[in-house]
Amino acid sequence: MSRVFACFFTWCLVSSTSLFAQPAAATGIDARLSAVEAAAKTAQISGDNAWMLTSAALVLMMTGPGLALFYGGLVRRKNVLGTMMHSFALMAVVTVLWAIYGYSLAFAEGNPFIGGFSYFLLNGVGSTPNADYGATIPHQTYMIYQLMFAVITPALISGAFAERMKFSAMLLFTCLWSTIVYFPMAHMVWGKGGFLNAFLGGKVPCFDFAGGTVVHITSGVSALVCALYLGKRVGFPREAMKPHNLVLSAVGACLLWVGWFGFNAGSAVSASGLASSAFVATHFGASAAALGWMFAEWARHGKPSMLGGISGAVAGLVAITPASGFVKPFPALLIGFLAGIFCFYMVTTVKSKFGYDDSLDAFGVHGAGGSLGAILTGVFATNAVNDGLKDAAGKVLPLGLVDGHPGQVLNQAIAVVISFVLAIVGTLVILKIVDALIGVRITTEQEVAGLDVSMHGEEGYSLEA
Amino acid sequence: MKKIEAIIQPHKLDDVKEALKAIGIDGLTISEVRGHGRQKGHKEVYRGMEYQIDLLPKIKVETVVTDARLDEVTRALSAAARTGKIGDGKIFIYDVLEAVRIRNDDTGEAAL
Repeated sequence: MSRVFACFFTWCLVSSTSLFAQPAAATGIDARLSAVEAAAKTAQISGDNAWMLTSAALVLMMTGPGLALFYGGLVRRKNVLGTMMHSFALMAVVTVLWAIYGYSLAFAEGNPFIGGFSYFLLNGVGSTPNADYGATIPHQTYMIYQLMFAVITPALISGAFAERMKFSAMLLFTCLWSTIVYFPMAHMVWGKGGFLNAFLGGKVPCFDFAGGTVVHITSGVSALVCALYLGKRVGFPREAMKPHNLVLSAVGACLLWVGWFGFNAGSAVSASGLASSAFVATHFGASAAALGWMFAEWARHGKPSMLGGISGAVAGLVAITPASGFVKPFPALLIGFLAGIFCFYMVTTVKSKFGYDDSLDAFGVHGAGGSLGAILTGVFATNAVNDGLKDAAGKVLPLGLVDGHPGQVLNQAIAVVISFVLAIVGTLVILKIVDALIGVRITTEQEVAGLDVSMHGEEGYSLEA
Repeated sequence: MKKIEAIIQPHKLDDVKEALKAIGIDGLTISEVRGHGRQKGHKEVYRGMEYQIDLLPKIKVETVVTDARLDEVTRALSAAARTGKIGDGKIFIYDVLEAVRIRNDDTGEAAL
């Protein structure tokens, strides 16, 4: 009897052990699964965040030292610091605007034309991702990345008013320009609910991967308005105003080229295949454009120049910017090559025909190259590269003309026209205001002495030191 | 004492220095200058803007020698700087009133 009891007891023990062991094991797998999921998500956030922070730093490098050196070398030696100071000062000024209200006006939800104030003083912009802009990076990373675009855009304009604008006027102009032109334009194209935003509910879906309209057309067209409003430099074009140091310019242009990988490939907002595709398109566009400009120059003037090569590379980078996350490598080569030739024609033939003094060709390169790139994006954009655009049922939609959607070219043209109008009207109004308040142009004596001494009280190259 | 002032092609500077050293001329002053004689300049094009560059980079070599060595030094300098093409430069010779060595107030040829 005791034996039977012992057997029963043993059976109970065994079965109860197995009974209890079953749910315990199931809990273990669930826990481990969710731990693996969490680890995978953390790993993706780490990877994407690492690339996006790197990209943000690369884009800042485009302004300083990239653009500062590129423009600094192109002016006469008496203006080298004043010109570099434009780029450098904007790194500081635009950052402050961005922190206070700039990011909010560009990226907070508002109306189709400008954002609201929900991110005022960066309220609510922390480490939690914003799923609309980047589900796998901290919202703060997205904010700082976009800031670098807001910094370089007004710095590009400084090429048009180089060597003759008052420093105080430049600062005031930039604050107003960022507020009236850049923040609304960035909201329209990239902000949630923006009028031209193809992916987040825009009325007219425009493809602008990294800022062909937002950055290059707005800055290039505003540059032309500035050049016309300020008038020519004293002595232009009678006096020789050749670049004082093309070595600086070459170094600056190559830094721009490298930084542009952050600008374009970073616009994928992830360390993904799309980022690789944009990286490749960017490099191909720059290379083909450098050749396009050099060959055009060789044919016209008999010699291919360093300045021509670097100007072409920048023109190609500009033109490929809107297209970079939408086109395959070979269309990227074509877009670049066309941009090199087109921008060469703009800065040589067209500029001399109309006689405006766009000193460093901000319009000829950024306005013209940006417009060409925006239109060609409508032609070559394909869902084989970017499948982000889907209908309600989740079906991937055709993008550009090559996908059988010719209407996109018209959408792109509308975006170009809106950029032109906003830039022209906005810049003209701002210049009138600044001119009335403090005056935009330095005196002839100051201009002859150069910006370095007259505006900043120092010299770039001191013979006595 | 005579001062020899030579305007030469920049790439001939090393030849001139060596030639002068070979005949024992230790003291000379050089400066980077720009100028032109009968040599035509060249055209430079920056983004389609053409500039005629007619003031070309040259090197000015100055040295002061005793009257006795004038011919020898002038000939050595001229031979060393010559390429035979337009643009080789010129040599000018001036009378020198006095020379003073700052270190110890030596004067005249002793100061050279």
